Amino acid sequence: MHDMSAHAVQHGAPTSFIRNHVFSTDHKVIGKQYYALALVAALVGMLLSWLMRLHLGFATFPIPGLHLLSSTGAPGDVMTPEYYLQLMTMHGTIMVFFVLTTAPFAAFGNFFLPIQTGAEDMPFPHFNMMSFWVTFAAFVPLIASFFTGTGPTLGGWTQYAPLSAIGDVGGPGQGLGVILWATSICLFCIGQLLGALNFITTTLDMRCKGMSLMRLPLTAWGWFITSVMGLTAFAVLMPACILLILDHVAGTSFFVPANLVINDHVLPHTGGSTLLWQHLFWFFGHPEVYIAIVPGMGIVSHVLITNMRKPMLSHRVLIYSMAALAALSYMVYGHHMFVSGMNPVSSLVFSFPTLVITIPSTIIVLIWLGSLYGAKLRINSASLFALGFISMFISGGVSGFFLAQPSIDIMLHATYFVVGHFHLVMGVAAMFGIFAGTYFWFPKMTGRMMNETLGKVHFVMSFIGAYCIFMPFHYLGIAGNVRRYQAFTDDYLIPLIPVHKFITIAALFTGLAQLIFLYNLIHSRFKGELAPNDNPWEGTSLEWSTATPPPHNNFGDKMPVVYHDPYQYSVEGASSDYIMQTSTEKVSSPDEEK
Amino acid sequence: MAKIFAVIIVLIAIASAIPIVMHMWPMPQDISVHGHLIDDQYADTMLEAGISFLASQFLLAFFIWKFSSPKAGDKVKSFPGGAKGMVAAAFLLVGTEALALGVFGTKAWASVYFTPPSANAIPVQVQAGQFAFYFRYPGPDGTFGPIHADQISEANANFYGLDTTNDQDSKDDIVAAEMAIPVNREIHLLMHSKDVGHSFYVPELRVQQDFVPGLDVSIHFTATKIGKYEIVCTQLCGLGHYNMKAYLEVKSQEDYDSWIKQQAALQ
Repeated sequence: MHDMSAHAVQHGAPTSFIRNHVFSTDHKVIGKQYYALALVAALVGMLLSWLMRLHLGFATFPIPGLHLLSSTGAPGDVMTPEYYLQLMTMHGTIMVFFVLTTAPFAAFGNFFLPIQTGAEDMPFPHFNMMSFWVTFAAFVPLIASFFTGTGPTLGGWTQYAPLSAIGDVGGPGQGLGVILWATSICLFCIGQLLGALNFITTTLDMRCKGMSLMRLPLTAWGWFITSVMGLTAFAVLMPACILLILDHVAGTSFFVPANLVINDHVLPHTGGSTLLWQHLFWFFGHPEVYIAIVPGMGIVSHVLITNMRKPMLSHRVLIYSMAALAALSYMVYGHHMFVSGMNPVSSLVFSFPTLVITIPSTIIVLIWLGSLYGAKLRINSASLFALGFISMFISGGVSGFFLAQPSIDIMLHATYFVVGHFHLVMGVAAMFGIFAGTYFWFPKMTGRMMNETLGKVHFVMSFIGAYCIFMPFHYLGIAGNVRRYQAFTDDYLIPLIPVHKFITIAALFTGLAQLIFLYNLIHSRFKGELAPNDNPWEGTSLEWSTATPPPHNNFGDKMPVVYHDPYQYSVEGASSDYIMQTSTEKVSSPDEEK
Repeated sequence: MAKIFAVIIVLIAIASAIPIVMHMWPMPQDISVHGHLIDDQYADTMLEAGISFLASQFLLAFFIWKFSSPKAGDKVKSFPGGAKGMVAAAFLLVGTEALALGVFGTKAWASVYFTPPSANAIPVQVQAGQFAFYFRYPGPDGTFGPIHADQISEANANFYGLDTTNDQDSKDDIVAAEMAIPVNREIHLLMHSKDVGHSFYVPELRVQQDFVPGLDVSIHFTATKIGKYEIVCTQLCGLGHYNMKAYLEVKSQEDYDSWIKQQAALQ
């Protein structure tokens, strides 16, 4: 442990509106900007999912006004097959990159990591500002692709080559649409790399006096581990996207082999490998799953501990388990490729670590469950979403057992079973983490409380709704329902259409709940009840020791000094049921880390 | 609120399990020799995953029910066994389960991928292209003629780009838009993609394999039940992906022989 606070970045509070709210170097403003971007992206992503679900449930039913979005994609307000795929691709891309990566990691991490480590700001504030604006710039070409002649790419968020690399002959949006997509992802990677550098250095070098690594809250550990993953994963995706762009504009053939024939014409490419794209993509893609979920694990643990009034069974074991997930996440990526045509021996090699990764995941779940035992649980919107996260993570996790095995994957690969699995485990669970964080930290970020009644309604509707959508996905998959179909014309799929109708209704219902959240968020931001004090949840970590909202340099005149572990709750002989990290109260806690 | 939530968790967990237990949307029937290995593996996994799912959800609900309304003066308690117990449980239960599934699963996988097709397996080539499958039989010479990419022509129905004038091996090749195979005979399926990535999925056959453009791969299987089954594409291949399909007809040996004769006459 060492005191690096002397090295903290010193920069005065800006005075102009632009430097304060637009091109700000303040990590808190950047965190809020990321949150706003994620919110807009989530709304777009959800709207796209509604359109897709309406089409899948009621294929010939016109969606009023859809032709305004694309006159060629939805003539007469009914979606064409290619437009369905374009919306699907954009739904996946927007949700994975601009919501699940952006909100739990970049938004909350930016706002709270420096505060929880006791730093005045991140060490490279200009990089941090760039990180947001590059991410914003990444969002623009993606959205712009809706308004180009042939629309966005239809290749799915995984953009398998060679469909993604051969240009317009592959289908609508496969020319300019793919170039815009790959440009967007390239920029996004740069933003994430800049962010990851800042997160890593903040955690390692900017901790205040007394803040040893083990005294960092689990949230900080979640963001730190995620940033290490981000640094390595995005560094692979970015060059892959550059190669993809080159295949379009420079006549290269990284991902296109020779002698492909479309419309009776032999394509001019030669010598590329289609599996190369899959390897590069999934080397990023699997860590990405953990990039989306590990910050949520940190947030959920943090929120639960505060509301259980007791620490987790073991702080260290949780940290080691999250780190084990991160380390293993690079060794399992091939499970996306069991039937891809790669050497079948590789499938077994990738299957083993995929099964092993269930061990740290199980430890994390068991620690959460075991810690609930004997708790004095406070039920509020934040803790409900944290508990909901655990339920979703379990449900999405157990279906991983099937997909980890190459032999069963022969049946379930590319079916709705996979879609149900990843939506529960990394989509809904991560969203619940974001909601838990929002309800929990809203008073610190804005000085106001969110409406608890609306929060609970939001939770119950979302919890029931999400299960009604994604559990039936598993049944469909078991019955062989292939994913990425815009209509079900196969004889054996037609009997499954009523299930799709049910899912569509559930999706509309669940989406409605998110509008309640949106109303609550915006209304509370301006008219919500004022936070009663700086520490409304009686938390212990550093964000609760500072003013609400925190001043420009986070702690005002006096930098904090830390004397305790992050979660000293219900300590025998203490003056109250929580001891803040900055408290000078002397207690002998059996849990205190040495 | 907490108790309502606990009840909701329990109800959802039970409701989720009912369709599985009642086989409401079961796997399609198995018509292959190797399929039972996959099905057994699936059933074992379902049992273990199902128990883990129900036990964890019930425990979560129970703890939420029990520990959410503490009375004044209640003290927090620690779980007996602590974190060490949890880690040991995870390693023992899940580790053993994962290892067992991994080891037994290998058997099912190996039966499909690690055994070569037998010498008398019938070779059939399937070519996938946006958005149709075409099937080729080598004819009496038992050899496929070479594919000439530049001669592929949908317009002239030369789907494989065969040069029947110059290539001796191509002359007796039989190309069809549907796949017919004899029952209880091993098929060696050679997979070739004309353009982008596609996949060959017949749920009843317990077969799914991607086509790799630029790299021909092969699988082998034996169908055990006469009937007509759908072959569908599971790898996103463009706007017509949802409609890319063909039929697999498993016929008796006599019916197959007459079908192949009929097809040969049509070439």
